[in-house]
Amino acid sequence: MGASQSNSQQGPLNSRQGQAGASEEAPHGRLHRIFDSDIWHSFSHSPITVLSAIITLLFFLAAIFAPLIAPYTPFQAGSLHLMDGFTPPFEQGMSGNFYVFGTDDQGRDVFSAIIYGARISLLVGFCAVLFAMVLGVTLGLIAGYRGGWVDTVIMRIADVQLSFPAILVALLIFGLAKAMIPRDYQENMAIYVLIISIGLSDWVQYARTVRGTTMVEKNREYVQAARVIGVRPAVILFRHVLPNVMGSVLVIATIGLALAIIAEATLSFLGVGVPPTTPSLGTLIRIGNDFLFSGEWWITIFPGIALIMLALSVNLLGDWLRDALNPKLR
Amino acid sequence: MLAFIVRRLLQSIVVMLVVALVAFSLFNFVGDPINNMVGQEATTEQRAELRERLGLNDPIPVQFLRFVGNAAQGEFGISYRTARPVADLIAERLPATVELAVTSAAFALTLGIVLGVYSALNRYGWTSRFVMTASLIGVSLPTFLIGILLIWIFAVNLQWLPSYGRGEVVDLGGWRTGFLTLSGLQALILPAVTLGLYQLTLIMRLVRAEMLEVLRTDYIKFARARGLSNRAVNFGHALKNTLVPVITITGLQLGSIIAFAIITETVFQWPGVGLLFIIAIRFVDIPVMAAYLILIALFFVIINLIVDLLYYLVDPRLRVETPAARTAA
Repeated sequence: MGASQSNSQQGPLNSRQGQAGASEEAPHGRLHRIFDSDIWHSFSHSPITVLSAIITLLFFLAAIFAPLIAPYTPFQAGSLHLMDGFTPPFEQGMSGNFYVFGTDDQGRDVFSAIIYGARISLLVGFCAVLFAMVLGVTLGLIAGYRGGWVDTVIMRIADVQLSFPAILVALLIFGLAKAMIPRDYQENMAIYVLIISIGLSDWVQYARTVRGTTMVEKNREYVQAARVIGVRPAVILFRHVLPNVMGSVLVIATIGLALAIIAEATLSFLGVGVPPTTPSLGTLIRIGNDFLFSGEWWITIFPGIALIMLALSVNLLGDWLRDALNPKLR
Repeated sequence: MLAFIVRRLLQSIVVMLVVALVAFSLFNFVGDPINNMVGQEATTEQRAELRERLGLNDPIPVQFLRFVGNAAQGEFGISYRTARPVADLIAERLPATVELAVTSAAFALTLGIVLGVYSALNRYGWTSRFVMTASLIGVSLPTFLIGILLIWIFAVNLQWLPSYGRGEVVDLGGWRTGFLTLSGLQALILPAVTLGLYQLTLIMRLVRAEMLEVLRTDYIKFARARGLSNRAVNFGHALKNTLVPVITITGLQLGSIIAFAIITETVFQWPGVGLLFIIAIRFVDIPVMAAYLILIALFFVIINLIVDLLYYLVDPRLRVETPAARTAA
């Protein structure tokens, strides 16, 4: 498995080197190289991937520029019109304001809330993936390079953790952290605890893949050459071996982002995630769920659709990336 | 064979001990157990007496051994929140979770195999294409959203089915079942579908892939050449050979069903152990958390052990695998 992965990465790696070479010739040459590459070809010939990329990009832009894009500031109590509460979608509230997706019980614009919620969801998802990636890649490199008992211990832990569903692990870590942190700090710490518990529940994938590739790469000549001239193991691992595993890591990270967003939404829905003062998409769905029975469906259904669109597009993008970087897996 | 079983058993015991250690640390080092149990008015003497009686003055290893011993007998202490024995709380709520899990596993298995076989046999038909696309979306949908959507459609708009609780239950000597009343069965439908949908898509895709693989093999071609009916070929020969991986995957998925039951139970306010656990986390009810932790770990360890042993029995190649071969793979 490791061998096939490292071989199949030749494609993208070569194309990247090709781009670097082209940049010395002329600026339009570099652009030409990008549009000429295999990756671009497979991307532009898959309409679903292009659509997912556009949706993902829109979500990212909306999340980054939330204060500029959102028509209202939903989490500043002063700016809310209480009499606009429960305005249905596409209708004008009592105050004359227009709300595309309607408002919740406090007259909060659901559309703006979704934009701010996506911001929190993406932030938590990103940080969790980053955390899992750094932890998993480091442990995988060490396990694969050192071998022996270090490898056994790390991979045993990974095996045990892998036999439990990630969401359960995240829940348990969250519960542990909650039990240990004093009550006064819980509100402020919640988001960090969430990031760490989702990250800790998801590092195994990275570690396993990286370990496999590292075990193959460490016997290659370039690594042996580096070792012979006395390069320190840490430098060998991070400067020479790491670039060869980054392709698969990127694929796992993309799919991992979708999983992390869903995990965050699930935890927040269960009421153990981010506090309601800074709601994520999951928190919005949980809050809106209370109004589902009284007919105010838009408060929960629109954030739900936003979450599905975000998770699905990131997922499809990850699937495409896996196929594009790893033609043998198809 | 024996060595393999012994090694797997030892591994399982180590995992259980580690989980027990986590639960024990949770119990002993998070907050003061005495403070959690007695009220504000308790005097210092009362506290000291309780501390002695609970054995909290003993050395830590002794306490840990006692904890493991108690846990092995199903004794997990008193819930901080409800002041009732944790074992009773769990025994009360376990039937609800088991009934939900079994129903959704049965739902996922039957429909998954039927749809998987159908979409493998009619590979290019539009129904199977639709089913495949739908399953892709189904995999990306978070469980709780499926639940909310089902509630919205079938409970709020159509008003066909109840949206929360278990309906009426019948007490069968301590096991309160919802299978025997109409309202109990109605209440079961939405949660079971919600919980089983992910496993359904998984089983369906697996059956489809395995069927396509098997249908390409020589013995199927030969069976067709012999003039066997389509039914005999498809079901007698092809399906039979796809079922081994399906059964093992379903077995492994049983664990996920129990874990995801936490989410489904929260959405539908289903009075099972998952909901108990979520409430315990919210209120930092440590004895309940510790008990659930050990219970679920035991469940997973047993499932993994059984699946590993089954694999070992079914697949002769595993029998020659040595630890050395394993690291090389």
